[in-house]
Amino acid sequence: MAGEKAAGEKKPGEKKPGKKKTDEKKPAEQKASQKEVGEKKKKVKKHHASRNPVLARGIGRYSRSAMYARKALYKRKYTAPETKIEKKKKEKPRATITKPVGGDKNGGSRVVKIRKMPRYYPTEDVPRKLLSHGKKPFCQHKRRLRASITPGTVLILLTGRHRGKRVVFLKQLATGLLLVTGPLVINRVPLRRAHQKFVIATSTKVDITGVKIPKHLTDAYFKKKRLRKPKHQEGEIFDTEKEKYEITEQRKSDQKAVDSQILARIKKVPQLRGYLRSTFCLSNGVYPHKLVF
Amino acid sequence: VFKRFVEIGRVAFISFGPHAGKLVAIVDVIDQNRALVDGPCSGVRRQAMPFKCMQLTDFVLKFPHSARQKCVRLAWEKENINEKWAATRWAKKIEAREKKAKMTDFDRYKVMKAKKMRNRIIKHEMKKLQKMASKKGKKPEKSEKPEKSEKAQKSEKVQKAPKAPKAQK
Repeated sequence: MAGEKAAGEKKPGEKKPGKKKTDEKKPAEQKASQKEVGEKKKKVKKHHASRNPVLARGIGRYSRSAMYARKALYKRKYTAPETKIEKKKKEKPRATITKPVGGDKNGGSRVVKIRKMPRYYPTEDVPRKLLSHGKKPFCQHKRRLRASITPGTVLILLTGRHRGKRVVFLKQLATGLLLVTGPLVINRVPLRRAHQKFVIATSTKVDITGVKIPKHLTDAYFKKKRLRKPKHQEGEIFDTEKEKYEITEQRKSDQKAVDSQILARIKKVPQLRGYLRSTFCLSNGVYPHKLVF
Repeated sequence: VFKRFVEIGRVAFISFGPHAGKLVAIVDVIDQNRALVDGPCSGVRRQAMPFKCMQLTDFVLKFPHSARQKCVRLAWEKENINEKWAATRWAKKIEAREKKAKMTDFDRYKVMKAKKMRNRIIKHEMKKLQKMASKKGKKPEKSEKPEKSEKAQKSEKVQKAPKAPKAQK
């Protein structure tokens, strides 16, 4: 049916160029013959009617495989022309490489395979692991921040060498740790990272709008550096590792840059400087669950 | 021995329950444990309330027993109970307690500093007086009196300072 339709459509399509060619009023028979010739020269033969007689609507006499044979599709296989992308893809990666080899009478080079066969096949195959979902690596974890912690909040550090100190929160870093500063002149807390869980957020906030924090202050900047060169394996391995932490000039300059902006805002609030200088402590009758921070 | 009695018109303070902290007038007594109570100016609907949760205040209103809410309201507003209550020490203590509970960490620091300053001044004056007393022994009291008035002035100043941060917070 579809074949018939297509044939019908093609005919009027064919008629027009035929007409344009001749551009004369000829009898229909001549036109038809001319058309056939033209068609045979240029395009495919006239389409055959459906080779699958209809038994009922939607049901044909022959099966898929019978039709395949009847339509002689075994000798009619067409492929799309190869595009440039496919041609490029066909370029195989290098399988071997020639490497120079030293020594006398060795012939200067060897041809070495780049991808080698495995040197060991286990006797038992590794069993297929069950699919799990939602197990993401640390770098893809969702970082959350408590609603009570906003830029400029005064935090109370609870752990670490600066425990009990009140400190100004600047921003949350990519790993989720909080970037925090004393400021240094007030309570000797430098630009430092603090963990959200080990911090009490007070309701006191310093207005930090417009304070520009340098972009290079990331987790990598604050990460502890460890030298690992076990090549020597001498008795004195500990010499190479930095025992003493030295404050780099960059840290000092960053500290100054950030603190100068923040100190100006702290001065505006009365008694805030003294507050940041003080430390938090519990005494008799003071219960954290009853305190409003 | 007893100065405050349960009577018609007695204003009571509700200490616990859903209407904790509100003032109420006793309209009628139902039985040994309950009273009919109404607080038109304090947002308490007319209802029965056990005596246990009521604490009697010094105020008594004048209205007949089982008077309707309108009468109670009139009497209440005539006596200006709300203002009188706010002026009592009882209400002020309650307010101070609430404020203290709401203090933030920064407020606590400010109060601590103010207290420290105040105590220092008081101590200073005390020391001065003690010195005077020990030095001069049985000297006339004239020299002590001006010192005492100075001390009173200074302690007033310092009282304003801690009150201000407490009120501001």
